[in-house]
Amino acid sequence: MLESRAAQPERGARGLVHGSDGVAITLERVNMAFDQHGAPLHVISDLNLTVRQGEFVVLLGPSGCGKSTLLRLVADILQPTTGTITVLGKTPAEARRERALGFVFQQPVLLPWLTAEDNVGLPLRIGGWGQRHTPAATPAELLRLVGLEGFNRARPGQLSGGMQQRVSIARALVSNPRILLMDEPFGALDAITRDRLNEELLRIWSAVGCTIIFVTHSIAEAVYLPNRVVVLSPRPASIRRTVEITLPYPRLPAMKDTPQFLEHSAALRAALEEE
Amino acid sequence: MATVDRAAQPGTTTATPAAKRKTFTPRRYVIPAVAFLAVLALWQLIIVVFHVPRFIAPSPIEVAEALRTQSGLLADNTWPTLLEALAGFLVGNVIAILIAIGFVHNRTFQQSIYPLAVTIRTLPIVAISPIIVLMLGMGFTSKVAIAALITFFPTLVNMVDGLNSVDQQALELMHVLSASRWEVFRFLRWPTSLPYLFSALRIATTASLLGAIIAEWIGSNSGLGYLILAATYDYRTPLLYATMAVASALALALFGLVSLIEHYAVPWRQTTGPGGS
Repeated sequence: MLESRAAQPERGARGLVHGSDGVAITLERVNMAFDQHGAPLHVISDLNLTVRQGEFVVLLGPSGCGKSTLLRLVADILQPTTGTITVLGKTPAEARRERALGFVFQQPVLLPWLTAEDNVGLPLRIGGWGQRHTPAATPAELLRLVGLEGFNRARPGQLSGGMQQRVSIARALVSNPRILLMDEPFGALDAITRDRLNEELLRIWSAVGCTIIFVTHSIAEAVYLPNRVVVLSPRPASIRRTVEITLPYPRLPAMKDTPQFLEHSAALRAALEEE
Repeated sequence: MATVDRAAQPGTTTATPAAKRKTFTPRRYVIPAVAFLAVLALWQLIIVVFHVPRFIAPSPIEVAEALRTQSGLLADNTWPTLLEALAGFLVGNVIAILIAIGFVHNRTFQQSIYPLAVTIRTLPIVAISPIIVLMLGMGFTSKVAIAALITFFPTLVNMVDGLNSVDQQALELMHVLSASRWEVFRFLRWPTSLPYLFSALRIATTASLLGAIIAEWIGSNSGLGYLILAATYDYRTPLLYATMAVASALALALFGLVSLIEHYAVPWRQTTGPGGS
């Protein structure tokens, strides 16, 4: 089901990532300020970032630093005060309308009246997308991809938090997005479920081959998952440091005890704590 | 449950709501029934022991007797009230739902109409009813209007709350999917509001009957409201009590019917959603 998508070279499966030179997302001198009781609250300051196609990038920063806002700017949920954002050569609004972006929220945001399969299929019903496009994978196939085979008819209220978040990942993938934006998707889960979903996410990424921007404040996730970590400063967010994670794929849980992993953790912690 | 994530089996998880729904133990019905019968027995005892005259308070046996012998009269007067209440229920709720939908999509509309609706609500229904009868006459229409008016407000308030109770992230999801306003309504706002709507509809069942009965007091020669007044003036107290019993049974039946519809229309309410029933 997913072979055709993974085979497209510009998507880049794992291992091919560094070879692909296509640019997925660029942010140029992006500033963002919210109006808070009349006074501007500066959330993002002069931020420049380029994400390559097929790359897995983690945005790491302290709570409330503006990393979720950054993700919402790319998804066209918010618009920057100044600066330019380009998504696959287009504006975020154009990319959104073409469904080039999938978004996974901190909460699963499933509709409780729909079954798991219908929740995954929701994006196909909106705007008649499913009639105008042939999805690479059906909702049922995506449920199998995220490890929920047999739960097609289950309602969200019958699923655990981890299972609900799996459904929401499948939903984000159903309209073949080339970019997946994930806003602390596992932040509300217990440590064991979180570790397991991290492994699953890497497996899904290698199967689908999309670009992922993943927001977290967990150093362990930041080392385990991505090609590259962008460490953000406290508000207003700007890039403090970019760290390439040189651990090879496929990443295995056992790698978390290797000196290399711990070195990366230490480097990220130091970057977060520096004044 | 989060920790058993992958270990959970489809069979066991899907069984959860079925098990939740399956609380129809005999105990749940036997205890209230026994209590009800005990109250009736006590009532009978007090009437007999204290020799209470029948025109002041009849015994339960006399009420049962009236229910049996006057069943034709009661049935003839139940139909008009039921029809007025049902028509009022329908009209009042449909208008309330439509206005609530208008409010959510147009702030100016809400700001101009909502205070007016609240003001109308503060007027006592017994004071408005004669005015409505003066305007619409003594017939069926004025009774429907009064029943509609009394059901209108709770539904309007609940429906506005329900349509606005959508999760912020769900709205962001709809935005990411480029959903139109209609799609946001159809896929998100409307289903989200259903538990709120049914809470209001359950209140509206008894309210619409109350409205119809009050309207019949103002001027009518049929209906349960008319029968209550006629029985009171004639000191036919057992009939008065029998009429109350019929009105109460009718309200319970409508309430049960709405709850039953809710059970099938809002099945997810058993696991999530605001408040239980």
